[in-house]
Amino acid sequence: MGEQKVHPTEPLKCWNKAKELRLKYYNDYVEAKDRGGLRWSGSAWAFHALPSGLGNDVYSMTGEPYGATTAFFKDFSRQCLETAEKAGIARDLCSYLRNYWGGIIMDQFILPDGTIVKWPVADFLLSSHVCCSHSKWYQRAGELEGNVPTRAIDVSVGPYPNIEDREGAVKYITEQMNDSIEWMKEVTGRDYNDELLIEAINNECRSFSVWAEICTYNENIPAPLDEKTMFSLYVFTTLNPQRKEIADFYEELRDEVKDRAERGIAAAANERYRVITDSQPPWAGLELFRYLEKEYGVVSVGSWYTFGLTGAWDEKADGTFVPLKTLEEQGLKLSTREEALKAYADFRLRNWGWRFFQSLDERLRITNQLINQWKVDALISHLNKGCEGTSIGQLEARLDLLARNVPVMTYEGNMGDERDFDLGSTIIRIDSFLDSLGLKKSTIK
Amino acid sequence: MSQEFQEWMDKKHDYAREWKNRTGGKVIGYLCTYVPVEIFYAAGILPVRIFGGHKASSLVEPHIYSSMFCPFCRDCLAQGLEGKYDYLDGITLAQSCLHIRQTFWSWEKHVPVDYSYNLYMPHSSQSEGRYEYLRGELMRFKKSLENWIGREITNEDLDRGIEICNINRRLMRQVYDFRKKDDPPMTGLEALEMILASQVIDKREHSQAVEEWIKELPKRKLDRETGTRLMIIGSEDDDREFFEMVEQHLSLPATMVIEEHCTGSRDFWNEVIPQEDRLMAIAARYLDRPSCPSKDWPERRRFAHIAKLVKEFNVEGTILMQQKFCDPHELDMPALRDFFEKELDIPTYFLEFDITVPAGQFSVRVEAFLETMVDFI
Repeated sequence: MGEQKVHPTEPLKCWNKAKELRLKYYNDYVEAKDRGGLRWSGSAWAFHALPSGLGNDVYSMTGEPYGATTAFFKDFSRQCLETAEKAGIARDLCSYLRNYWGGIIMDQFILPDGTIVKWPVADFLLSSHVCCSHSKWYQRAGELEGNVPTRAIDVSVGPYPNIEDREGAVKYITEQMNDSIEWMKEVTGRDYNDELLIEAINNECRSFSVWAEICTYNENIPAPLDEKTMFSLYVFTTLNPQRKEIADFYEELRDEVKDRAERGIAAAANERYRVITDSQPPWAGLELFRYLEKEYGVVSVGSWYTFGLTGAWDEKADGTFVPLKTLEEQGLKLSTREEALKAYADFRLRNWGWRFFQSLDERLRITNQLINQWKVDALISHLNKGCEGTSIGQLEARLDLLARNVPVMTYEGNMGDERDFDLGSTIIRIDSFLDSLGLKKSTIK
Repeated sequence: MSQEFQEWMDKKHDYAREWKNRTGGKVIGYLCTYVPVEIFYAAGILPVRIFGGHKASSLVEPHIYSSMFCPFCRDCLAQGLEGKYDYLDGITLAQSCLHIRQTFWSWEKHVPVDYSYNLYMPHSSQSEGRYEYLRGELMRFKKSLENWIGREITNEDLDRGIEICNINRRLMRQVYDFRKKDDPPMTGLEALEMILASQVIDKREHSQAVEEWIKELPKRKLDRETGTRLMIIGSEDDDREFFEMVEQHLSLPATMVIEEHCTGSRDFWNEVIPQEDRLMAIAARYLDRPSCPSKDWPERRRFAHIAKLVKEFNVEGTILMQQKFCDPHELDMPALRDFFEKELDIPTYFLEFDITVPAGQFSVRVEAFLETMVDFI
């Protein structure tokens, strides 16, 4: 299996720009008040475009990516986690949330370059809610930050669009969106500009759609991107996808990845075995991906998480996943708030992540299609103690794949609490798993 | 009379099988108190809440990640996989927490049932548009049941279902009034068994038994000291062993006078307020009931309800009962503790529960807690 072949590789041209954009995002949030702007924080799955109607000087900080960033800095993260635990917060709660609450209590905020500043208090908190934690996270965060106003939009309408009443579901979401807009006006004292909202919605949908297109190029053998690299690229869909600069960046990235796929440029020169994962990774232990690549030529080409946490997908009649057309590509000219919110709700509700949290059938179906369409050999499943939402259904998915003769390896860990992850023993499990499949260490390094 | 509740709970499976034989009806298992049982009664179906067996089982390991999913959800699934609920014709979930959702998914896949339904109950009890949305979901649920049972569920049927449930809730509220007395004529364990039984047997029969009990209660005097008046707050709690230990086996007297959890008062506290649109009336009841913490956002409305209970039942101390890994309650716990200690000035004690209760350790800890509240001088 997996003949040892050397594929051409090139570094990603967009890489440095991605790093700059990410640092800028956090600096913008920290500096927002100095510029007379507004700050809001909320879930990575929030409806990012909604606060955009308050002005061009509105900056966000989404909690999950911040939790992941924190986790990368192990010492700082440990302090946050221990602070949270001393404050009575249970250790098995979402590890992103614990990093976040811990930071508030410590009054310390870490930037992607490791600089620590005072915790930047938000003007308001706006989330969506699909897991047990989301809205409660910001409910408590608002209290800890000093009674910061908080709102969340319940998106648990089932595995849209595969539900009976799409219209009713969209209506429920748009009513909450409208309510949230009125609430934001009240708590900020600002007027609301529907043109800015519409522009932001179009940008956000473009970001999500183009990210999905980028993921399709990984159907190529060799994959032009590896999942570890993709973590640093998909993240903008969870930070500020509603900004034009981000949607434009994704188009630039798409053009580069498409070119790599056409020319057969590989993420890993020694790619010979393809896997997918199925959850957030252990952010403090990403070297495990490089271990797989370097030692075995095993490349993680993606996951429902990387592709579909925010990536916007549609399906052909034969079940093939294709990028969901942007609103403009769908021919939707949004001229009123009502039209815009309805289209936005329909677009966002198709999110894979929201479906995974609400339907086992969707999880199994999408996982199987990923394996077929991306030509995957095995699943490496992170039993992520940090997140019930991504863990729900994982073990059933494992049983389903084993019944279809797809090899599955599981390992325990935690996306945001490195105390729950043991790299050494995970590597031993990887070695045993790959050995059981007849895969020896790569001679090409 | 309270013995009857205990026996129903102890022999709930025998009861359900006998009910099926007696009536020829169907029995559906449900996993959360957000399931609108009125609609089952309207359909002539017996709804029975699924509970765990309080015994660890390795059968669930391939299906539920035991290092992070709560004991209750694992224990319930274990009961299903062990065949304890083999008489069920169907299973239903109303969307609430992720853990019990996992139980439902695995049950649907691995425990044969003729019918299953996942009701997309709104996740917020405060969101704009929630009533209409839930009404729509209830309409679809009703249609699904109609297709299964092969007949229409009429407004008259719904009225009957609502009345069966309302009467039962009202009667249990009357029983609860007795718990407000200085010396309640029942223990917390007896009250718990009454509520648990209401969730596993036909509420019509249960109501009859509660009515009889209400007649006894004014004259009933327990041969025990009330002692410290305790409240227990938490997620699912059918741990009768724990209640018995606190109320009967400690050297300091204590009585559980009220609870705020989903196997207790949260399940039956409010009634359906009739309106022309029966499904909307049912929707309102479930959205307006004392919230599970998973649905109590963005504002904290649960705490005001808790404060009211503390006052009405003259609570002196509170046990914060945390099912291990239960996220919704863990998320509320720090704020809840602050609320009790800073705003209500009521001492609290935190205990973490698992599938089995460590009675020995808990007795020492609870006794120590009671000691802090008793004036020995």
